[in-house]
Amino acid sequence: MYDVIIIGSGPAGLTAAIYTTRANLKTLLIAGVKWGGQLQLTTLVENYPGFAEGIQGPDLMTAMRKQAERFGAEIKDVDFKTADFSKPPFKVSADIESFEGKSVIIATGADTKWLDVPGEKEKIGRGVSSCAPCDAFFFKGKNVIVVGGGDSAMEEALVLTKFAKEITIIHRRDEFKASQIMLDRAKKNPKIKFILNSEVIEVLGQDKVSGVKIKNNKTNQVSEMPVDGIFVAIGHIPNSSAFKGIDVDEKGFIKVSDHYKTNIDGVFVAGDVHDNHYKQAVTAAGFGCSAALEAERWLSNNEG
Amino acid sequence: MSDLNFTDQTFKSEVLESSEPVIVDFWAPWCGPCRIVSPIIDELAAEYAGKIKVGKLNVDENPQTSGQYGIMSIPSIVFFKNGQPIRTMIGAQSKENYKKEIEEILGN
Repeated sequence: MYDVIIIGSGPAGLTAAIYTTRANLKTLLIAGVKWGGQLQLTTLVENYPGFAEGIQGPDLMTAMRKQAERFGAEIKDVDFKTADFSKPPFKVSADIESFEGKSVIIATGADTKWLDVPGEKEKIGRGVSSCAPCDAFFFKGKNVIVVGGGDSAMEEALVLTKFAKEITIIHRRDEFKASQIMLDRAKKNPKIKFILNSEVIEVLGQDKVSGVKIKNNKTNQVSEMPVDGIFVAIGHIPNSSAFKGIDVDEKGFIKVSDHYKTNIDGVFVAGDVHDNHYKQAVTAAGFGCSAALEAERWLSNNEG
Repeated sequence: MSDLNFTDQTFKSEVLESSEPVIVDFWAPWCGPCRIVSPIIDELAAEYAGKIKVGKLNVDENPQTSGQYGIMSIPSIVFFKNGQPIRTMIGAQSKENYKKEIEEILGN
């Protein structure tokens, strides 16, 4: 029986584990096979405090993991399957194993939102990507597009400039969610072009990507553009659907009340799975700390 | 620990002309998901020693081989048998998934 089971291994989950283990709570962290969350898909993280020159996303996650392990967190690289929150102790199942915990912190984060257009799914890894730092290398001297208008789209485009010949950012609006500094960097780069008010409606190609169909949202005109790669950065979907009985909002974000509590007593939440506003590594880490402190308090109150 | 590293120079003799099936982990140091897969590959190398050859190919240093097999995303785990790529698994996956594939290839 664990005092706390943390589900998820991004900044929220690992920070929570650092705090619960230091509070001497027996902690299990279900990390997932692809542990480390979204930062595993990035390069240089420049806005995480404490790293004056920035830090590589995967390095940051490895360090957080080691820190949690140092204090005794038990970390399993298995995928979460289901949870039974109907009565305590809570049962959490991952792959073939099941675990019992007095409390749970949900920190499952959010996954890439794909375009969901014809031709996309079967070409993931064959020209369709959500990880420019991983895959940009394979597009040396080629033409690629990045779909999206936020910071991650700008980062993907900037990473691609090191390899690709020309990068076109396709965005469905004419305004950007991206921060000014990231947008300015993208706009200043001579390799990056923009197509605004437009959406990709189909991915073309047989075995690999050969082009896209683009629709202009203002004129409804459809055109074809030959490209070798498509980097999708239109946002993320919160990983909340596997939690039965947990209240979510209309977009799937877990509803939070009164300091990181869910609607179920003893089940807490932290990070991108509930946060539709900030979505930063440092806020996720902060939420993880808060949820851990709340879980600790709840456990001591309930054990009298 | 798998210390078997294939290169553009050794690929033909070590992989294509191998008498046993070969698993090649196409990776690079700058890829986060590759770091997730790397220790799993090491474990597989130990578990299947003598039955299947398991090694890694750094795409950064060996662009010729990765280009030849159309690698466009890493990690890509490619299974070779009798000099032919017979299966490609793209993206970090569980050890069980890799094992399932290996067992199938070994005919178990």
